[in-house]
Amino acid sequence: MESIQSSRRIMTGNEAVATGVKLSNVKVISAYPITPQTTIVEKLAEMVANGELDAKYIEVESEHSAMASVTASEITGVRSYTASSSHGILYMHENLHWASGMRVPIVMSVVNRAIGPPWSIWGEQTETFNQRDTGWLQIYCESNQEAMDSIILGYKIAENKKVLLPVMNMLDAFTLSHTSEPVDVRNLKTSYDYLGDLDLDFKLDFKNPAGYGSLVAPDGPFMEMRKDMRDSMYNASGLIKSEISNFNEVFDAELPGLTENFMMEDADYALITAGAISSTAKYTVRKLRERGQKVGLIRLYFYRPFPGEEILKAVRGLKGLGVVERNVSYGQRGPTFEDVVSALYRRADVPIRNYVVGLGGRDIRVKDYEKMFENLIEGDNDMEWINVAVR
Amino acid sequence: MAILPITYLSSSTKVMSSWRTSKPVIDYSKCTRCAICWKFCPDVAIDLVVDPNLNAPSERFRVLEAPSIDYDHCKGCGICGTECPFGAIEMVREEI
Repeated sequence: MESIQSSRRIMTGNEAVATGVKLSNVKVISAYPITPQTTIVEKLAEMVANGELDAKYIEVESEHSAMASVTASEITGVRSYTASSSHGILYMHENLHWASGMRVPIVMSVVNRAIGPPWSIWGEQTETFNQRDTGWLQIYCESNQEAMDSIILGYKIAENKKVLLPVMNMLDAFTLSHTSEPVDVRNLKTSYDYLGDLDLDFKLDFKNPAGYGSLVAPDGPFMEMRKDMRDSMYNASGLIKSEISNFNEVFDAELPGLTENFMMEDADYALITAGAISSTAKYTVRKLRERGQKVGLIRLYFYRPFPGEEILKAVRGLKGLGVVERNVSYGQRGPTFEDVVSALYRRADVPIRNYVVGLGGRDIRVKDYEKMFENLIEGDNDMEWINVAVR
Repeated sequence: MAILPITYLSSSTKVMSSWRTSKPVIDYSKCTRCAICWKFCPDVAIDLVVDPNLNAPSERFRVLEAPSIDYDHCKGCGICGTECPFGAIEMVREEI
């Protein structure tokens, strides 16, 4: 293989994302600014303005329109991108279904931010966990490097004809979005060659008019399309794993699989996390290991399709498993907890507990993770709210 | 390959017959070919055809264009039956 040139730079998560978009040869960007996503689209607007990125930048009046614009541009056969946060994602919700139902392989970045009221601009993952049933693949990034790489990988997977569904790429508000880290900027030509041109079997074409997504009767192919979407996502795990290996080889990168197992080999107790909060969890695991405690961590890199088989393999033999959620669901346990329980049902005999952390940007400290491991070992079936002032 | 929601045909070529609870049936022996039903049909489900084999009030009507209901497209609203000045269209309940 030819030498792979990456240049190492210090950049924020949002700058890494914008660079990932440039490396993906995106031709249409449409977005509405919202804290903490703003600097992604600001950077992209700058790139388009100074000629660094040969793309059309469409300014819109809302996130709903942003998603409508990129869905429309993508279906004409042009690679398209948007980004949002929090209330912007909620406002987009209807069009998220349109994008997946129309099978347009868009990639969107979401900078995870809490939902009001009370008003908050800080980190929390509820808005995207709310979108888990929209037919979008979901990736949760732990570092700025991953935030960049996941854009390129996202287009590769989304555009695979066996998948053909949009991809949502998450990074945590401020912790990643506005914090600078060293990032290996992938080589532009390698990235262009890796992705190639967008190749859709069907494109909107003025010379050959056709309806797309219009009315079908109950006996029309409606249920068939839904089943096809579900199968395309559910059966994509193998394909995603091999694409990640391919990506790591092409770019000399270090993306994990659908999940990342950290010190899980001989662990007795483990936590499951997603996103940037995993780094503090890893630090805690290492610290407890030094004290002789057999603990580990499973990090979700992909959340949809849900990596149930990976988790099943990783948890065999555990004495306790804690599912850490940086999101809240009011009438049940957390969504990740439900997914994990469902994946392990009758297949692994592991006590599972649920921890709610870091809502509205609340700090998740090493001592909080220590408390979770303590609770896991002592055993208590209640859902635990960590670092919260009310009982 | 993914199943895509593409439609090349307009909805007028799709079968809508399952939407009906009753269907219009024309008694051609009363039909004067006035085409009022054709004008009122909100879904363009009535064609005008020349068919000398159709019944008619008298011989001179046979050469005129007569209404013919497109049952694949008729949704059974009954407007044609209501508007027919000669009581030539009866709504007949559909059997499943």
